[in-house]
Amino acid sequence: MEQIAYASLTIVIGVGGCVAYFLTSNLALDALFPPRGPHAGANINRANAIRPWLFLFPAIFMLGLYLLYPAVYSGILSLMDSGGETFVGLDNYAFLARDAKFQESLRNNLLWLVVVPAAATLFGLLAAALTDRLKWGATAQSLIFMPMAISFVGAAVIWKFIYDYRGEGQEQIGVLNALWVALGGEPQAWVTIPFWNNFFLMAILIWIQTGFAMVILSAALKGIPEETIEAAIIDGATPLQVFLKIKVPQIWGTIAVVWTTITVLVLKIFDIVFAMTNGQWGTQVLANYMYDWMFRGTPDFGRGSAIVMVIVALVIPIMIWNIRNARKEMR
Amino acid sequence: MEGIAGTRARLVWAINLSVIALVLLWTVPTFGLLVSSFRDKDQLAVSGWWTSLTASEQSGFVRTAAPVEAQRNEGGEWVIDGTLLPEGGGRITGFGTSSRSPDAFAPGAAAELRDGGMLRVAEDGSYRITAAAPFEATRGIRIFYTAVEPPRFTTDNYREVLTSEGMGRAFLNTFTVTIPATIIPILIAAFAAYALAWMEFPGRALLIAAVVGLLVVPLQVAFIPLLRLHNEIGIGKGYLGIWLAHTGFGLPLAIFLLRNYIAGLPREIIESARVDGATDFEIFRRIILPLSFPALASFAIFQFLWVWNDLLVAKVFLGAGDNQMVMTGRIVELLGSRGGNWEILTASAFISILVPLIVFFAMQKYLVRGLLAGSVKGG
Repeated sequence: MEQIAYASLTIVIGVGGCVAYFLTSNLALDALFPPRGPHAGANINRANAIRPWLFLFPAIFMLGLYLLYPAVYSGILSLMDSGGETFVGLDNYAFLARDAKFQESLRNNLLWLVVVPAAATLFGLLAAALTDRLKWGATAQSLIFMPMAISFVGAAVIWKFIYDYRGEGQEQIGVLNALWVALGGEPQAWVTIPFWNNFFLMAILIWIQTGFAMVILSAALKGIPEETIEAAIIDGATPLQVFLKIKVPQIWGTIAVVWTTITVLVLKIFDIVFAMTNGQWGTQVLANYMYDWMFRGTPDFGRGSAIVMVIVALVIPIMIWNIRNARKEMR
Repeated sequence: MEGIAGTRARLVWAINLSVIALVLLWTVPTFGLLVSSFRDKDQLAVSGWWTSLTASEQSGFVRTAAPVEAQRNEGGEWVIDGTLLPEGGGRITGFGTSSRSPDAFAPGAAAELRDGGMLRVAEDGSYRITAAAPFEATRGIRIFYTAVEPPRFTTDNYREVLTSEGMGRAFLNTFTVTIPATIIPILIAAFAAYALAWMEFPGRALLIAAVVGLLVVPLQVAFIPLLRLHNEIGIGKGYLGIWLAHTGFGLPLAIFLLRNYIAGLPREIIESARVDGATDFEIFRRIILPLSFPALASFAIFQFLWVWNDLLVAKVFLGAGDNQMVMTGRIVELLGSRGGNWEILTASAFISILVPLIVFFAMQKYLVRGLLAGSVKGG
């Protein structure tokens, strides 16, 4: 209860503080440059030059302190030793280049990068196209979209239960093994099978992200001008041709946006691997490996930060692409 | 466009069936979790949840009370009796006196015990051991049985995880983290978004580009520098630190979503208010905030789901004690320590996803709108 009171108090102080800041700073500005009297015009201009920065100050402060400054600091840390004291140049990166576990993480991340965005976008497109003209399409969409609300950890429990393994002869309580045995296979401990277990983990993220892809692609499909579709049908196109040759080309832009959004998510994937295997059996990924270096055993901030910088480097092309798109949008 | 008459009916069928298959694939996993969390833990451990509505066959054993104390004399015969099954709990299909053959005898038959005496088990589970001489053993006699049991559903799993496994406290902690971390960034972002959308000043385009760029910065960069910062200014690990962290991490998306929305509001409203002599602060408070409600709601849902479901930020910025452990962290711990106890895991997981699911289904409209504003328009 004490804790709830503490949280409530913080909300009141936080929100009240924000309101008080904006209110008093604006009033102070008006008092300093009153928009009346002999210099009214000049005062208004001066106040208008300052006011945007009053509005922006808290946001810029928080973004700077909580994202920009740490990003630079991490870059510097990646050039330091384990305690962050002595400069060691590129030693950490050289270490990673030779480190087998890092190579495994990088390889797995690239595998995730190829499979998950492609599969989620494809399933999302399929679901969007199929539910498009269906009477119960909205209900179906909302059910496929639902995993989006479930945490990665919750999803990990759900799927670990599906992959559950019991020795041969015992009754299987995991769906996958039960189906597998019913089809005549021997029960498998799915998440421990090297290489293929990566795909069993990816299935979880695909399951979560398909709904996201579907919702956005569905809106894009609805935005396609009817005339183009009608013209194609009059010309004798089959439904499949209409979809592949008329609809899909018109939503390439949206497909690219969905793809890159999921790609960014995949680069940072942590929770699923952490909860399912913790990187054992050849499933390590960059974010989890970084966590190992930073917070397990004897922390090594240098190597941990170097792994973070690798993730940042992988994200940067997408960042540039996003910024360019946003600027095009604004013009 | 519904041309091509002959194939149409078949096509409609195919579409309906494929959508049904997709929906099943996407809902059954969660449904299995829900069903399992309400099953009796002994049944859950030996049979799949999809069999939970039918009776299941189970083997087990019961140890009677110590014969020297439990026996009584009935007409010159020494007797011990009792029942193997809980009340209303199914039907015995066989019993035995050793673990190797729990169904050696059919119900109603008599089995001879090693230490002397005869054991009879009826179909309803009641047993009776008789002997001519008094029993001398001080350890109970084990009776093995095989029984068909009706499905048993229970809320015991939930009671257990909420109390002894600490999920109740963790639920409260998650709430404590989530609410301030959702509300505080909204106000900060709304002012900034208004400035970026409707105020003229040098460097505006650069700031917008910076916000778009920061959208994809991996949070991992922030951990070590911020932990050091928090330690230096005396916040350390705790709620204040994680509220600030989530506020900072949530701001790019908040500013981006709100700016897109606010920039799309009709110019005339804002210009005419300016002509009437309203200051920017008044315009913001009286016009922008009320009109932006849908965008504010969208962001609030995003941030709520994100903070509620987060594991990594909580692991880094909160302590590991009971008073700060959030649900995701607790579940990961249970996955390690109670890996095989599916009744604990399923119930815990369901408690943690219940609130997000309610928010999701209640506010889906705003969530979809926010996704579209965030992805289709911008980048």
